[in-house]
Amino acid sequence: MIVLFGVFLLTLLVITALAIVRSENLFVVVMLAGIFSLLMAAMFLILDAPDVALTEAAVGAGISTVLFLAALALTAERERAGSTNRLLALGVVAVTTLIVIYATFDKPRFGDPAAPVHQHVAPWYLERTPEAIDIPNVVTAILGSFRGYDTLGEVFVVFTAGIGVLFLLGTRPRRNSRSVRVALDESDAGLRHYLIPRVVGRLLVPFIVLFGLYIQFHGEYGPGGGFQAGAIVAAGLILYALLEGEEQALRVMPRWVLTGLVAGGALLYGAVGIAGMLLGGNFLDYSVLATDPIKGQQIGILLIETGVGITVTGVLLSVFHAFAARGRYL
Amino acid sequence: MAVFLDVVSWLLLSLGGAFVFIGGVGALRMPDLYTRIHAASLTDTMGASLIIAGIILQAGASLASIKLAMILLFLLLTSPTATNALASAALLAGMRPGEAIPWRQDRSE
Amino acid sequence: MTLLGLYHYWVFAVLLMIGFYAVIARLNLIKKLIGLFLFQSAVFLLYITMGKVDGGTAPIFQVGVENQIFSNPLPQVLILTAIVVGISTMALGLGIVVRIKEEYGSIEEHEIQEIDQQ
Repeated sequence: MIVLFGVFLLTLLVITALAIVRSENLFVVVMLAGIFSLLMAAMFLILDAPDVALTEAAVGAGISTVLFLAALALTAERERAGSTNRLLALGVVAVTTLIVIYATFDKPRFGDPAAPVHQHVAPWYLERTPEAIDIPNVVTAILGSFRGYDTLGEVFVVFTAGIGVLFLLGTRPRRNSRSVRVALDESDAGLRHYLIPRVVGRLLVPFIVLFGLYIQFHGEYGPGGGFQAGAIVAAGLILYALLEGEEQALRVMPRWVLTGLVAGGALLYGAVGIAGMLLGGNFLDYSVLATDPIKGQQIGILLIETGVGITVTGVLLSVFHAFAARGRYL
Repeated sequence: MAVFLDVVSWLLLSLGGAFVFIGGVGALRMPDLYTRIHAASLTDTMGASLIIAGIILQAGASLASIKLAMILLFLLLTSPTATNALASAALLAGMRPGEAIPWRQDRSE
Repeated sequence: MTLLGLYHYWVFAVLLMIGFYAVIARLNLIKKLIGLFLFQSAVFLLYITMGKVDGGTAPIFQVGVENQIFSNPLPQVLILTAIVVGISTMALGLGIVVRIKEEYGSIEEHEIQEIDQQ
C-alpha cells in the first residue's frame, strides 16, 4: 500500500519539475522548488530515511528558498525568452532518458535484500555499532565515527563555501556599477508595521532555536544531528532578521560572532581529531578520549556533531546576511 | 473498543482528506487571489486538525500523541499568520480585492 | 510488479533529464541553477531508493525490539552530507550570479555574451 503512495509522490515530483522548467516568473520557480524539496522529504521518509528527510526539509524547503528569494531580490524577477536550439536540446535529453531507462532494467528489484549494495559494508556497520559505539542511531554512528573523516572534509566544504560567498558579496560594489539605488530607512526595516507576523514570529523564534538544540543533542538517539540542527537554528535566526530588520539582527548577532561560529565549528572538529592523536591514538580516533572506549566514542561523536552544527549555523547566517546587506548598497 | 477507535479515526481521517480536497479545488477555481488564499487556508486548519486528531486516536496514549498535539498547536499558530502575511504582501504589491484575475493569466506589467 | 519496482528508477531518469534540460536549454542563470538543483535531487532519490530493503525500517535500534530488519544506512550517510554540500555550492553560485548582475546588468546568457564581445 505504501508503495502506491510512493508512486503517487513520484508522479507529483515529475509534474512539479516540469512546471519549474516551464514557468517564466522566477518567483513561481523558487516557490515550486520549495514544494519540490518538501515532496522529496516526504519521499525520503517513505524510503526509511528519516535523517535525510529532516535534512532535506530543513535545508531544501527552508533555507534554500530564503537564499533564492534573497538573490532574486537582487537580480531579476522574470526570465526573458531567448532563442536557443530547443529541438536539439530536447532530442539530446530524450535520447539520454531512454538510455538511462534501458540501463535500469539491469538493476536489482526495488527493496531486494540480496542486492549487492546490502552485502559487504552495511551489515558490518549494523553489527559493529552496538558493540563499538552503542548508540541507537546507526546513521549518526557511521557519520560521526566510522566515516568521520568524510564528515570533516564536508565541514571544510561548507566552511569554504561560506568564505567564498563572503569574498564575493562582502565588499561594497564599485561606484559605477549598473544597479538601481534604493534608500532604506531604519524605521521601515523588517516587518515592523505588520503586527500579526511580527508578534507570532517573535513568539516562535525561541521555540525554533530550542527545537534546533533538541535535534542537535538527540542526534545519537533518534533522527537528528549537526547538519539538521544547524539549518533549523539558522532558520530561526533568519526569521528574526526578516521580522526585525537586518540592522537589529546584526546587533543581536554581530559579524564577528558569525565569523567566530564559522571558524569555531571547523576548529572544534579538527581539535577533537588532534586530541585523539595527542592522547595516543590515530587522528579522529575517539576511543582514547575517555577511559572506557565506548564512552570515548560517544563523547567524540557529541563533540564533532556540535562542531558541525556550529559551522553550518554560522555559514548559513553569514550567507543570508551577505545577500541581505547587498540590498542596502544597491 | 479498539474497533470503535479505529472507526472513529477512519472517519476523522476521511473527513480531513475531504477538507484538503475541497481546499485544493477552491484554490484552483476561485476567481481572485484573496478568495484563493481563503480557500487554501481551509487545508491548514480544518484539514490538518482532523487528520492529526485521527492519527492521535491511532497512536493511543503515548509520547507520540503529545508530540502530535504540539505539531497541531504550531500549525494552528503559524498557518493563519502565513495567510495574513500573504494577503498583506498582495495588498502591498497593489492587488485590489475584487479584481478578478482568471487562473493562468499572468499580470502584464 | 516489475513496473512498480522499476518506477522509482524511471522517475530518477526523468527528473535527471528535466534538470539537465533546464541547464542547457534555458538562458537565465537562475533557471540554470535551479536545473542543477533538480539534477542533484534526482541523484539523491536514486541513492536512497537503492538503500531501501523490503520489510525494513529506519536504521535506528529500538529498546526491546530484537531481530529487526534495517534499511541500509550507508546511502543515507552519503546523501546527508551531499544535501548540505549542495546547498553550500548553490549559495556560492547565487553569489556569483548577483555579482554578474551588478557587473553586466543582466542575467541572461545571450545578453552577457553580447556585452562581453563589445
